Amino acid sequence: MSERVLLRGNDAIGEAAIRAGCDCYFGYPITPQNELTAYMARHMPELGRIFIQAESEIAAINMVYGASAAGARAMTSSSGPGISLKQEGISFLVGAELPALIVNICRGGPGLGNIAPSQADYFQACKGGGHGDYRMVVYAPATVQEAADLTVKAFDVADRYRNPVLLLGDAILGQMMEPVEIRPYAPNRPEKPWAVGGKRQGRAPNLINSLSLEEGVVEEWNWKFKAKFDAMRREEGMVEKVNTEDADLILVAYGTTSRICRAVMKRARAQGLKVGLVRPVTVWPFPYAVLRETARKTREFLVVEMSLGQMIEDVKLSVLDHAAIHFHGRPGGGIPTEGDILEIIEHVLVRRRTGTVTTRGSVIDWTIS
Amino acid sequence: MEMKIVAERTKLWADKPSPYCPGCGHGIVHRIVCELLEEMGLADNCVFMAPVGCSILAYTFLNVDVCQPAHGRTPAAATGIKRYRPDTFVVSYQGDGDLAAIGTAEIVHAASRGENITTVFVNNAIYGMTGGQMAPTTLPGQKATTCPDGRDVKAGMGYPIRVCELLRSLGGVAYLARTTVHDAAGAIQTKRAMRKAFETQVRGEGFSLVEVLSPCPVNWGMGSLEALRFVGENMTAYYPPGEFKVSGAEV
Repeated sequence: MSERVLLRGNDAIGEAAIRAGCDCYFGYPITPQNELTAYMARHMPELGRIFIQAESEIAAINMVYGASAAGARAMTSSSGPGISLKQEGISFLVGAELPALIVNICRGGPGLGNIAPSQADYFQACKGGGHGDYRMVVYAPATVQEAADLTVKAFDVADRYRNPVLLLGDAILGQMMEPVEIRPYAPNRPEKPWAVGGKRQGRAPNLINSLSLEEGVVEEWNWKFKAKFDAMRREEGMVEKVNTEDADLILVAYGTTSRICRAVMKRARAQGLKVGLVRPVTVWPFPYAVLRETARKTREFLVVEMSLGQMIEDVKLSVLDHAAIHFHGRPGGGIPTEGDILEIIEHVLVRRRTGTVTTRGSVIDWTIS
Repeated sequence: MEMKIVAERTKLWADKPSPYCPGCGHGIVHRIVCELLEEMGLADNCVFMAPVGCSILAYTFLNVDVCQPAHGRTPAAATGIKRYRPDTFVVSYQGDGDLAAIGTAEIVHAASRGENITTVFVNNAIYGMTGGQMAPTTLPGQKATTCPDGRDVKAGMGYPIRVCELLRSLGGVAYLARTTVHDAAGAIQTKRAMRKAFETQVRGEGFSLVEVLSPCPVNWGMGSLEALRFVGENMTAYYPPGEFKVSGAEV
């Protein structure tokens, strides 16, 4: 039976993880994700599962490494600076082929920044923040419901590929409350004959590591990883398209920003401006083909991010020179407003201009492709 | 005449070449670990946690499950395994750089939580695998590639860390001892201490650690006998062997 409840984003992720059969959660305090750690502290032990407040984000991700090596469904969560500390561990998870869920409820940076919402960790999440040649599926939910659903999915996908998965949210998603349907869920847990620990009962010893000093072995591993990454690209991409068929301008945004853009799209349509929206749900794999296809008809794209422009590079790789790409971003905790985005759309579609406008006393910059 | 087997090689050490240099102490410590796992019937559910350092290559010859985490993070990863699978016997093997430099936070907090694991801490006062750099346990005046004129504690190179003395005050620590493997008596003492540490884990009493003073003749630039003498005289003078904690009580 489904139940519909009002939940904060951080709590919904915790509840979804528990329903997905998360065995072990390891966390460390950092705002704006603390409710998730607190939720797990309250609910994991009462289910006989493991919760540890680690001494650091580094320890937490390495506890995940150990628990996953022993066959557990394991997760950790943090925000920007803490996720930076986990990068070594994420690289090791990929290298040792260990599934895990890592949640990043992003805050403004760089440095300690602030605790306001941000999308400035896109490069770190999608382009390999850690060392070595690796990829992982990165989900970017836009609603609390989607955060819960994708958390459940993330555990299955991590197990399927024996690879970590990252859930990329922001302070708004983590902190706001929305109605969520908590669905019954039968975890799809594969056997893990590769895991260490427990009684071996005659099986050969297992090894979890990411090192080989024999010539050619690590290259061979990398080719094997590439085959997995290619399969993720084929199978795991998720994207939402709205009103793209007749669009003169397509907004491209993910997560919280996509909600603002959806509202802008409705206001623009009400004014007779044909605006559509492409929302990557997975920011890795990125929906290159979907954007390339839309660029066959649509000539103007406006990328909106809470950063100085990171996803725009992937949009450019998709669209190349087939359309003009505009950008509007607010870094360091700033949130794009509907009015500013609409202003840019009017300048592009109605006044055929590019560049900078001053409106209501503030300057809006957007770059030209 | 009837022949009786009085000693056998441990079966947990596969018949493969040792990755260690001549005169290295790791082999003795590994053998003691293997013998105890066999004698105590723990081999079948043992996970050997290998550090980053010379003994990272333990997986090439040990006949038990091996998990090898990032540099210094062995106690954290061991925590993850033991908490999820308490039926697993966890031997967390670390060197001085891994445990007392980059991984200081992890060992202190695993110990303070009283994680029910056994840490085998091999202190040879040097970074071996990377070619002889100064370790947190390098003795004052001892030379290394990164302190070519000897460790000068007054010149900002710091004092050698006495790990057992540091961990003794932590509530989660159930068994704590320091031994050496520079002579037969030391090796026998090491096995005795290690057995107590293993029993501590089997009884579920909490964190146990045995620090083993061990020679590294190649990186010390010494002959094997000279290196053994260095352990027996210089290292034991700074790092006195003995038991520090038994069943959670200070000795």
